[in-house]
Amino acid sequence: MYPIVKREQLADKIYLMDVKAPRVAQYCLPGQFVIVKIDEVGERIPLTICDYNREEGTITIVFQAVGASTQRMVDLQVGDGFQDFVGPLGCESDLVHEDIEELKQKKILFVAGGVGTAPVYPQVKWLHEQGVECDVIMGARNKELLILEDEMRAVCKNLYVTTDDGSYGFKGTGTAQLQALWDEGVRYDHCVAIGPMIMMKFVCKLTKELGIPTIVSMNPIMVDGTGMCGACRLVVGDQVKFACVDGPEFDGHLVDFDQAMRRQAQYKTEEGRAILALEEGDTHHGGCGHCH
Amino acid sequence: MDVLKRVPVREQDAVVRSANFDEVCLGYNEEEAMAEAARCLGCKNAMCMKGCPVSIDIPGFIGQVKEGNFEEAYQIISKSSALPAVCGRVCPQETQCEGKCIRGIKGEPVSIGKLERFVADWAREHNIKPAKAEQMNGHKVAVIGSGPAGLTCAGDLAKMGYDVTIFEALHEAGGVLIYGIPEFRLPKSEVVAAEVENVKSLGVKIETNVVIGKSVTIDELMEKEGFEAVFIGSGAGLPKFMGIPGEQAMGVFSANEFLTRNNLMKAFLESYDTPIKCGKKVIVVGGGNVAMDAARTAKRLGAEVHIVYRRSEEELPARVEEVHHAKEEGVIFDLLQNPVELLVDEAGCVKGAKIIKMELGEPDASGRRRPVEIPGSEYEIEADVVIMSLGTSPNPLISSTTKGLDINKRQCIIADEANGATSKEGVFAGGDAVTGAATVILAMGAGKAAANGIHEYLSNK
Repeated sequence: MYPIVKREQLADKIYLMDVKAPRVAQYCLPGQFVIVKIDEVGERIPLTICDYNREEGTITIVFQAVGASTQRMVDLQVGDGFQDFVGPLGCESDLVHEDIEELKQKKILFVAGGVGTAPVYPQVKWLHEQGVECDVIMGARNKELLILEDEMRAVCKNLYVTTDDGSYGFKGTGTAQLQALWDEGVRYDHCVAIGPMIMMKFVCKLTKELGIPTIVSMNPIMVDGTGMCGACRLVVGDQVKFACVDGPEFDGHLVDFDQAMRRQAQYKTEEGRAILALEEGDTHHGGCGHCH
Repeated sequence: MDVLKRVPVREQDAVVRSANFDEVCLGYNEEEAMAEAARCLGCKNAMCMKGCPVSIDIPGFIGQVKEGNFEEAYQIISKSSALPAVCGRVCPQETQCEGKCIRGIKGEPVSIGKLERFVADWAREHNIKPAKAEQMNGHKVAVIGSGPAGLTCAGDLAKMGYDVTIFEALHEAGGVLIYGIPEFRLPKSEVVAAEVENVKSLGVKIETNVVIGKSVTIDELMEKEGFEAVFIGSGAGLPKFMGIPGEQAMGVFSANEFLTRNNLMKAFLESYDTPIKCGKKVIVVGGGNVAMDAARTAKRLGAEVHIVYRRSEEELPARVEEVHHAKEEGVIFDLLQNPVELLVDEAGCVKGAKIIKMELGEPDASGRRRPVEIPGSEYEIEADVVIMSLGTSPNPLISSTTKGLDINKRQCIIADEANGATSKEGVFAGGDAVTGAATVILAMGAGKAAANGIHEYLSNK
């Protein structure tokens, strides 16, 4: 078992947990992910590593309760644990291999959306620790859904907060905020966008027009996370890539987001049924024409 | 009783079983096993043993079954095989032991596989364990992967007294026996878990959830964790796709994904969270054992299933028994046909395939007649799920993170067949990671050879 040593609710349905997993914490790097499985019947759920502590042997994960297994994760408390916790998986962020002095010369922008703020945080923190300052745009639907604002503010140079409904900060999307900054004359050489696929798609559309190279972190459906099942395959440029072993980070200007979004919805009906089964008991087997 | 004919083995009725995941073959009981064993001629120069990749003393164990000495029979088998309950179920006996049986010249060969299975099941039911090493020698060996190659290598080394730890990437031990081969062919908790427990009872430790090359590398295991030798039995897990239009559509899966969801994640059981999409009409592309497994799984989940294979029935690489069972269960075989395009609807879901008919031409490099497309023979078939079962290749995660480990152009680790030695000192390899996708028993043979290779290496160090 992998025990939970810290648990915190960050926003509605969004939770942070520190989990003891010394093998994962020993060599993991920003950009990589883990797969967690709550118990025997749980799904294998990929989650980006949000922070790590090599001395304590802990990994920080942030998740949103959306499916049957993540709903059940909400009930776990400090002292409980995950039956399985495997990683680090995927490739580390390219940033960790770049020359620090060169990075210091660059104007780097991170755009974080919703729960995607969590994986952005360790990258910004890592850069901050190397003495590289960067700007962050972080957005959510409304003020209540914003996470890690204070933590992010402590490690970045300029923080721009946006909400779709204008309940806090800039009213509009991260993409709109970037456009506004650009119009004011702010310039960037490099962008990293992590969040819902639809958000990454629109950030990439704009940065392509503006000529800013952009890296995205893809979060497609996965089973094993080691290259075995092919469920996470994406079209990047003219090549088929597996997000689990070739990514999760890719050149955002080459990713076919429309197809990736369709593939992500692949199990929607089945997942919906699993959630209904969890909430209402074993009554949903499909075929009724109402369960979607 | 006609001595030329086998004692028939009881099976679940084809119609009944095509709707459940219980084991198809029910196996022999004691009387049936003894009667079948009595057919063995006990050849001095036993041809059957030459056909066995792990050289089980076949006439020896069958002789004991004949007399009703089942425990003795088990001890004879377990000297050579760590996984008899598995092998009795999934080995291609018709091309190995049974294919060489002298009884087979005039009549039907002795049912060696079914007898092996009987003995292993009997031993399990009577709680008989393989014999443990009397003394540990204190040398640490790491085994990467808990599939047939890894379990065999670990079991053999433990019997010699080594301190063995198996590292498994998934959350459950067994490799392809767990994620690949379905319940109805190889029961998981009853058979596979029990065989894994047997290996553990020899003193082998199994650490799950460790991805070698990511969680820790082989160099780190050897330099920092004190392992003096490493065996790589990581299998061939990377799925192949055809590269035809429409393959990224929703509803198109690799056989690995479909089977892993069903077998490892138990999606066929309502109480498990992992979903599976089976559809009403399924096309499985390919003709190997994995294709049969995927097809028969889809059938059990309620679909009409077509196997589309580019060669003819004679060339089907699957075991004869699997093809036979699939047909009995109502799987439709569309042979000498090949998809050229998958058809996709406006929502991005697969809705069918464009298929071209083939004919057999001259033999190719594999010795099988090459399938050639018949121009203008394309037709369309409806399907809401397409499963690609075109073979797999080794995962580069380990080879790309281990210094000095040579691979060939097919990503396979280069290893000496006799002792498993690789280009890197102290590192041995075997099974699908070396050969590319093959059979359980060949992987076990390689695991066995490598255990001896490691013993020799560490003894001379």
